[in-house]
Amino acid sequence: MPRVSIEVDGVKYDDDVEPRLLLAHYLRDRLGKVGTPIGCDTSNCGACTVLLDGMSVKSCSVLAVQADGQDVTTIEGLGDGQGLHPLQRAFHQEHALQCGYCTPGMIMAALDLLRENPDPSDEEVREGLEGNLCRCTGYQNIVRAVRRAAGDLSPKPAQQEATR
Amino acid sequence: MIPGSFDYVRPSSLDEAVSALRDAGDEGKVIAGGQSLLPLLRLRLAFPEVLIDVASVPELHGVRDEGSSLLVGAMTTHYDVLRDPLIREHAPLVAAATSTVADPAVRHRGTFGGSLAHADPAGDLPAVVLAMDGVFVTSSREIPAAEFFADYLTSTLEPDEVLVGVRLPKAFAGWGFHYEKFHRTAQAWAIVGVACLVDRSGGEVAGARIGLTNMGSTPVRASAVEAAVRGGAADREAFRAAAASAAEGTSPPSDLHGSSDYRRHLATVLTARALSAAAGV
Ligand SMILES: Cc1cc2nc3c(=O)[nH]c(=O)nc-3n(C[C@H](O)[C@H](O)[C@H](O)COP(=O)(O)OP(=O)(O)OC[C@H]3O[C@@H](n4cnc5c(N)ncnc54)[C@H](O)[C@@H]3O)c2cc1C
Ligand code: FES
Ligand code: FES
Repeated sequence: MPRVSIEVDGVKYDDDVEPRLLLAHYLRDRLGKVGTPIGCDTSNCGACTVLLDGMSVKSCSVLAVQADGQDVTTIEGLGDGQGLHPLQRAFHQEHALQCGYCTPGMIMAALDLLRENPDPSDEEVREGLEGNLCRCTGYQNIVRAVRRAAGDLSPKPAQQEATR
Repeated sequence: MIPGSFDYVRPSSLDEAVSALRDAGDEGKVIAGGQSLLPLLRLRLAFPEVLIDVASVPELHGVRDEGSSLLVGAMTTHYDVLRDPLIREHAPLVAAATSTVADPAVRHRGTFGGSLAHADPAGDLPAVVLAMDGVFVTSSREIPAAEFFADYLTSTLEPDEVLVGVRLPKAFAGWGFHYEKFHRTAQAWAIVGVACLVDRSGGEVAGARIGLTNMGSTPVRASAVEAAVRGGAADREAFRAAAASAAEGTSPPSDLHGSSDYRRHLATVLTARALSAAAGV
């Protein structure tokens, strides 16, 4: 069995894995990181989205062996256990979830979007999240939440003023 | 679902990759980004015994300027294609079509070479490379685009052949370009797509290239339309008239997204739109 060394949410893991083990199953079944759900068999829904070396991927469509030597960030790596990450807080405040099944993937995809584009328009948020399906919300509040988080994450003009 | 079991090797040179494929005989399969292959494995529609991961083969990486052409490495991800300055400058049609492929997460992993080797007639890039007369550079030979796509999900690559990259001529660098993709939902495969290049000299069309997505078991050139617009006026009326023959010689599939007749109709409408957009009229 191949041996992999993968850093997940800041902790390094060394494990023997079957080549057919999907990264999503490695995270959930081996590491107990069940914050990342699996929603489909066709790579369509995006529920399983995590960051691999900082970029969004669908963890059901990556083999654990392919992630050897790389860094994974899951939804569980965002908050510090006390406070919420600005994206998590914005999803809560804007009521951007109902059943919550799509939420971890939505937030990880949104994090990737904001890395590339810190101040996206509604249209850009929709494009950035086009690989993530939600069966409950109708997306309106998700778009609102991502834009609110963008505002919370970027330094305010007043703060910029203060640090000058 | 969980895929059936297989062995996994990750060669670090092209020679090693080819010998791993030879050793595996008919049971080996190359994996690049895995964005087409892993869903097939999960649905248990494919049962390879050995996966040969070409991600660490250096020969497959990067976009190189070869003077009169570009060599786009097979492992170049869709994400990298969209950011590559050489592709933007010399083959902007490739970037335009790539921006319509899948979604950001799939584009981070899916590769240029993988989406061509997969030979899905609904894929967006095969029609583009066909329209540009690209050349497929493999571990053992060079294959012109017109001879690469054999059938539905079937290329002319041999079981022990690795796609190294695709050579794209720079000849179309100054041409107008457009990829017109018709699909029903935000992120979806083309019901029909049209890859179009137009060389305008003043009010006339000096030349045009048109590749059609999902109009048969392989991508096809709309040769009748190319001939009809050549030397004619670069205006919408002329493009509409010429595009009437876009479906000539095609045999599009019927499926739950649309009937064969519907696709023929779409091809004429979308080809006219693509010509106008590419010519800027
Ligand atoms: C949700 C979703 C939506 C998608 N939407 C679109 C879309 O709208 N348009 C579109 O065009 N595509 C779409 N795709 C497919 C996507 O473009 C894939 O990236 C692409 O089809 C395959 O590239 P890959 O690198 O992932 O190849 P893989 O899945 O790794 O391989 C695909 C096939 O090519 C072979 N192969 C790969 N590389 C080589 C090589 N170097 N030499 C020889 N053989 C090789 C493999 O053996 C396999 O048979 C979508 C995929 C998903 C999951
Ligand atoms: S579970 Fe990964 S995309 Fe649906
Ligand atoms: S909140 Fe239920 S799927 Fe999105």
